[in-house]
Amino acid sequence: MAEAPLLDVKGLEAWYGESHVLHGIDFDVRKGEVVTLIGRNGAGKTTTLRSLIGVVGKRRGACSYKGADLLKVAPHKVARLGIGYVPEERGIFSSLTVLENLLFPPAWQAGGMAVDEIYGLFPNLKGRDSTSGTRLSGGEQQMLAIGRILRTGADFILLDEPTEGIAPVIIEEIGAALRILKDRGMTIILVEQNLRFAASIADRHYVLDQGKVVDEISNNALDANMDRLNRYLGV
Amino acid sequence: MTDIFGVPIVVLLGQLLLGLINGSFYALLSLGLAIIFGMLNVINFAHGAFYMLGGFAAWLLLSALGIGYWETLIAAPLMVGALGAVVERLFLKRLYRVDHLYSLLLTFGIALMLEGLFRHVYGAAGKPYPIPPSLTGGINLGFMFLPMYRAWVIVASLAVCIATWLAIERTKLGAYLRAATENPGLVQAFGINVPFMLTATYAFCVGLAGFAGALAAPLYQVSPGMGSSVIIVVFAVVVIGGMGSIGGAIVTALALGIIEGLTKTFYPAASSIAVFVVMVLVILIRPSGLFSREA
Ligand SMILES: Nc1ncnc2c1ncn2[C@@H]1O[C@H](COP(=O)(O)OP(=O)(O)O)[C@@H](O)[C@H]1O
Ligand SMILES: [Mg+2]
Repeated sequence: MAEAPLLDVKGLEAWYGESHVLHGIDFDVRKGEVVTLIGRNGAGKTTTLRSLIGVVGKRRGACSYKGADLLKVAPHKVARLGIGYVPEERGIFSSLTVLENLLFPPAWQAGGMAVDEIYGLFPNLKGRDSTSGTRLSGGEQQMLAIGRILRTGADFILLDEPTEGIAPVIIEEIGAALRILKDRGMTIILVEQNLRFAASIADRHYVLDQGKVVDEISNNALDANMDRLNRYLGV
Repeated sequence: MTDIFGVPIVVLLGQLLLGLINGSFYALLSLGLAIIFGMLNVINFAHGAFYMLGGFAAWLLLSALGIGYWETLIAAPLMVGALGAVVERLFLKRLYRVDHLYSLLLTFGIALMLEGLFRHVYGAAGKPYPIPPSLTGGINLGFMFLPMYRAWVIVASLAVCIATWLAIERTKLGAYLRAATENPGLVQAFGINVPFMLTATYAFCVGLAGFAGALAAPLYQVSPGMGSSVIIVVFAVVVIGGMGSIGGAIVTALALGIIEGLTKTFYPAASSIAVFVVMVLVILIRPSGLFSREA
């Protein structure tokens, strides 16, 4: 228990131009944990992930990760610390084929998966090498977006709503893949609105509302706190 | 046999060759313009001025330092490219986030300043640059006489254009560039230094213009106005080919050079507007350009 968290976020604030979106986010993630950020649309979940990797305008606060302050790391150097980002819009490049997309991110750390291993995890991608990346279905694009990160040797993955708008069968497959990654010791921040999916893999949940963390619930206590959660989510 | 519509075939072939040479310069220039537009979203009005700088670099290297043609062919693009890198770092970089009208105005201003500066210092008159001894003379093709230097210009510019096209379409570096045009933030999140890549891209494309200028020096004279007279046609080429289509820019440039040559042969009065007539037609029929990806 005394072990320092892998990522420790304190008082994180962020702006898009003039608009102040995050008002002091606090949370931490320990090595090997799957932690979710939940909250209604516009709560600031995506912005939190984007702040960690430096693609928002202005940031303030502290995000210590493996001894470095992420807010001081140049945006193109974050990936080199083993952080892999799977954006909400998936970000598959239409000018590249499936294989080119998969091979796109440089491998910055040893221990990344081989292409065959990734196909083993996501069989849907197999045999689609020369298809244009954006010709894949939404679910397949999601698999590709996750798969290409696994090649880089990243051991800390930021996953933004991987189940959004995706068929239930594919959600099952993505869930299974994530559990395998967790068993391998991968650390994951999962932004999720689908509570059932989140509960099936996460250790802890942070609830965001209006740019702040308003609650923390461990996965064991999730059922007991359903009413509270639903109130946050406005369900 | 020797006449086509009353034009001697030798004259026709001569004009076609001239067209192809002009087309080669259009290709080198429009290729760079198309890449800059595709990657940086900047309409680089300074492109002609960088072409002129390439010519002047060649002339100055020779007349002031005695540096010969072949060294110049390497040195001139490097010098012009280095200046391009400075321009991108100091000015253009700050304008990516605002409407691209700003960068258009900036580059237009740079073009005017460079041209004015050179006119002030060196006068408007053209400076002759000798054809390098190894490329003087010509080959008798039987039906016409092909000057060596002209053949070299066509070969060299086509080789550079094709190499650039291959580098962008077929290499990992090219994949980074293509992806960065779609989603620069994400490419950066994957650990690639996108700002540096943009600087390098601008420097490279502007260096291509410098290369074209040095290549042109022995053919046309070097003068402060040489850029502004060619750049208008080159913009027409890019509009016809489709902004951002690299292969399209090369093919269109060569085709338009040839169309210009043919017009000169059959209806000389229209030769200087032929390109623009084509441009108007293309805008009417396919506004996004012949080779643009979106139909
Ligand atoms: N690019 C942007 N520019 C300005 N405001 C933005 C931008 N992206 C998101 N926002 C605003 O920031 C707030 C948080 O958004 P976001 O982090 O995307 O929420 P979530 O992912 O939790 O749905 C919202 O109010 C949203 O309107
Ligand atoms: Mg979001």
